[in-house]
Amino acid sequence: MADFLLELLSEEIPARMQAKARADLERLFVAQLSDAGLKAGDVTVYSTPRRLALIANDLPDQTEAVSEEAKGPPEGAPDQAVDGFCRKNGVIRDQLEVRDVKGRATYFAVINKPGRATSDVLAEAIPAIIKAFPWPKSMRWGDASASTESLRWVRPLSGIVAILGDDLVACEIDGVTSGYETVGHRFHHEGPEKRGITIGNAGDYAEKLRACHVLVDQAERETIVREGAAKAASDGGLELVADEGLVIENAGLTEWPVPLLGGFDPAFLDVPEEVIQLTARVNQKYFICRDKNGKLAPNFICTANIDASDGGKAIVAGNEKVLAARLSDAKFFWELDQKTPLEDHAKKLSNIVFHEKLGTVADKVERVAKLAEWLVSLEGNGFYQSSPGDTLHGEVSEAARLCKADLVTEMVGEFPDLQGLMGGYYAEKQGKSEAVANAIRDHYKPVGQGDEVPTDPVTVAVSLADKLDTLVTFFSANMAPTGSKDPFALRRATLAVINLLTKNSIRIPLSEALIVPLTKMLEGGGDAKTVYTFNKGDKSDNRYVWIDELLVGSSNEGVAFRPSYDATLDQQRFKHLLLPSSFVGDLFDFFAERLKVQQREAGVRHDLIDAVFALGGEDDLVRLLARVKALQAFVETPDGENLLAGYKRASNILKKETTAGVDPEQSNSKSLSYTPEKAEKALIDALDAAQPNVTAAIAAEEFEKAMTALADLRAPIDQFFEDVTVNDSDADKREARLALLARFRAAVHQVADFSKIEG
Amino acid sequence: MEMGAGTFHPATTLKALGPDPWNAAFAQPCRRPTDGRYGENPNRLQHYYQYQVILKPSPPDIQQLYLDSLTAIGIDPMLHDIRFVEDDWESPTLGAWGLGWEVWCDGMEVTQFTYFQQMGGFDCKPVAGELTYGLERLAMYIQGVDNIYDLDYNGAGVTYGDIFLDNEKQMSEWNFEVANTETLFDLFNKAVGECENCLEAKLPIPAYEQAIKASHVFNLLQARGVISVQERASYMGRVRDLAKGSCEAYMTKNAEDWKLRHPKWSAA
Repeated sequence: MADFLLELLSEEIPARMQAKARADLERLFVAQLSDAGLKAGDVTVYSTPRRLALIANDLPDQTEAVSEEAKGPPEGAPDQAVDGFCRKNGVIRDQLEVRDVKGRATYFAVINKPGRATSDVLAEAIPAIIKAFPWPKSMRWGDASASTESLRWVRPLSGIVAILGDDLVACEIDGVTSGYETVGHRFHHEGPEKRGITIGNAGDYAEKLRACHVLVDQAERETIVREGAAKAASDGGLELVADEGLVIENAGLTEWPVPLLGGFDPAFLDVPEEVIQLTARVNQKYFICRDKNGKLAPNFICTANIDASDGGKAIVAGNEKVLAARLSDAKFFWELDQKTPLEDHAKKLSNIVFHEKLGTVADKVERVAKLAEWLVSLEGNGFYQSSPGDTLHGEVSEAARLCKADLVTEMVGEFPDLQGLMGGYYAEKQGKSEAVANAIRDHYKPVGQGDEVPTDPVTVAVSLADKLDTLVTFFSANMAPTGSKDPFALRRATLAVINLLTKNSIRIPLSEALIVPLTKMLEGGGDAKTVYTFNKGDKSDNRYVWIDELLVGSSNEGVAFRPSYDATLDQQRFKHLLLPSSFVGDLFDFFAERLKVQQREAGVRHDLIDAVFALGGEDDLVRLLARVKALQAFVETPDGENLLAGYKRASNILKKETTAGVDPEQSNSKSLSYTPEKAEKALIDALDAAQPNVTAAIAAEEFEKAMTALADLRAPIDQFFEDVTVNDSDADKREARLALLARFRAAVHQVADFSKIEG
Repeated sequence: MEMGAGTFHPATTLKALGPDPWNAAFAQPCRRPTDGRYGENPNRLQHYYQYQVILKPSPPDIQQLYLDSLTAIGIDPMLHDIRFVEDDWESPTLGAWGLGWEVWCDGMEVTQFTYFQQMGGFDCKPVAGELTYGLERLAMYIQGVDNIYDLDYNGAGVTYGDIFLDNEKQMSEWNFEVANTETLFDLFNKAVGECENCLEAKLPIPAYEQAIKASHVFNLLQARGVISVQERASYMGRVRDLAKGSCEAYMTKNAEDWKLRHPKWSAA
């Protein structure tokens, strides 16, 4: 047993790549060992900016000897066959053994593979690992790069230390040979006389490096950064704003981290806190601090890579200068941007292309504004209601028209992450109402699962409109996500719409909402020409459909439009817009998919969502989910389970009959020409009683009541199957009973399509 | 010749191509019209200097050579925090990319360090190491000056501001407000035409000079704000075609000679 050390020395490895590189190194190493039949005790991996290292404990000295047998041709087979067998197994004829196989003398080759020295296995494994290493980006360098076949590494690979026990594992790849020598800290351990450090074995590696100012264990460096930064802050009477991402990044940028406290001119605190934090964090990798009152302090903590000879004074002074320059740029932008009202910034959006097929950002903004106005004035939206002229309507309209204005400000140009936030600040400074400023700031929310979902009416309206517009326009231009590719984040936008609707119980007909953005494009909002050109399909091409046909429902894909909606449209206007014919259906399915994913986490069964969606015509997500929840409660009761069983039985019988050419639905109204059996009569009576109750309960959106009414059918349907023969020899009886089952099925389908329910 | 960075210089771009070793160092005045601040920003200018170093093939001790150069000009690495921070480089206009770092001195980027992997759409064989020193920034460091215009220029009382402040003010005004855009569009088209003319005559060096001219005129048009977002991509595409065309012509012109001296070398 021996311990093994591998160090791959290179020029500075990007901090963000180190965690994955450690995992990859371990994975590749373990795989190489296991291919050779070896297994180490513990495997530990380390990284610094200049090295990747691995220590494997308790490696066996050699692989196990293996004895394998191969069965060959029977004795007396032609020489050619026997010789071939020998060649294949690397033995000579005299070494073959003859054994009896089912009464037949047969040749056997016994191949003894002696154990291989572990050091030999490693000597082959190391170059293999290096060659297979999956760096996200790699490069060539030096003399060898005259060929594009030369070794690639994340940055030039400069050395390999490979020691098993106390012995060198000799290997070489592209001119880099293994040895005992490595290097210490770039500056603490420099100069020609002490450039090399000789490692003895895996056991002394970390300590020898430590003596040369290299902490090879990233966890130790992270602790020093985390605790050192906190201490530097508290020494200054401040509190560190913890940031684990920065801890890891700084640990990945240093071999000997030394956190240092610096400061900046408090005059810069006029600039929004987020701007200061972002420039400090992203551009400079500094931590920020708060004072005792929780206010942002004019201080920062940088992490140096040396114990400087002056205790860090020059380093702090230098970093202060850099941050001051960055903050003075930020302050300049902050002040400059405010000299122009948001309304004027917004005008410049007509110079920014939203997407080449979908016009400019100004076009989008106008559509979003009109859509947001439509959303808040929609009757019965269940959340808030406004009409042109009132405050809410005015605020929605204003916020929507200004929501993207900050995209052309200097500050957002410099820090794109601050979009929305800066618009909010500028709106506030300009004296806009709080609701408008909040809506501008938060209209990108919710950005992902777990992000805060806005509840302020103005924000909700603008956010919804923005996302619906994005979804609809991209889908209409045939740019729906495919597979794992979703370059325009349409899945995220859909999830955001679902969260906004359900969190705020907003009642909107989704199918209408999916068309309105398009109609808004044509109502003079935006450049109609842009819209026109994005789908110059040929009407004879059946992949496309005129939008007017879609709106009157002649070509829709299972989506019903409210009659009131058609009347509001000037259909002539849409004559020139061609859409992919599956547009509404595809988009609706896309919503259903996202809804299932999102609801799964809330414990809602996806099959029940399918069961309700399958009814068609349901495009109010709030109502749909209420129905699904009532359904879930019901199907998990004994009544529900039994009713489902009865439904499946009825449905199976009907399915067979339909294929046999009988259509029981048509014979439903036929009056009976015979006296029904008791159980048959009971089911008819139960249906007569239950159907109006179910209908009424659903109309009133009292879904639990509808389930209770359905539950009344359970006993009669069970009894019916018990006592009555459907497939009677009397054709009238048979037809009538099939019709009765069809009626039962229809009654159940008022609530949900039970055929979609699993179990 | 006006250009945005030392990388554009033919001694970098063209010499990065082909198998011949090439080691060069030169000071390159750079012009970036949109960076003009009318002389009001302490460290941002529309005209400044880079010290451009190119070493091909990249020597194994290039990092140490670089660090020794910092020590040589008076930056003590035990007093200042020198760091190599990931910064990959890509120039769509040159059809080029490379991996490397920005070198930080106490948090300030003082040098761009790049291993060229491709230039003009061709694999670099061998790879060149490029070091681009920010001269004013380094000078500010060494002299301990906070404002670029306060730099001591000659040790005899002449400051950087004495020489360049008026220049910055006037050039900013010209770049942003005055430059005649019709003339600029005309210049752009003429440079494009002349580049194509040179390419036809199989003269890659003058062709490339015209590409650099077109690129700078395009930057001026940008500063004048007369190129819309839609047009921007198409102008950049035209400049890229010129630059790549020049590189390709340079490769073609030299290929035979290179193959003669480096039998293993091939363009692809």
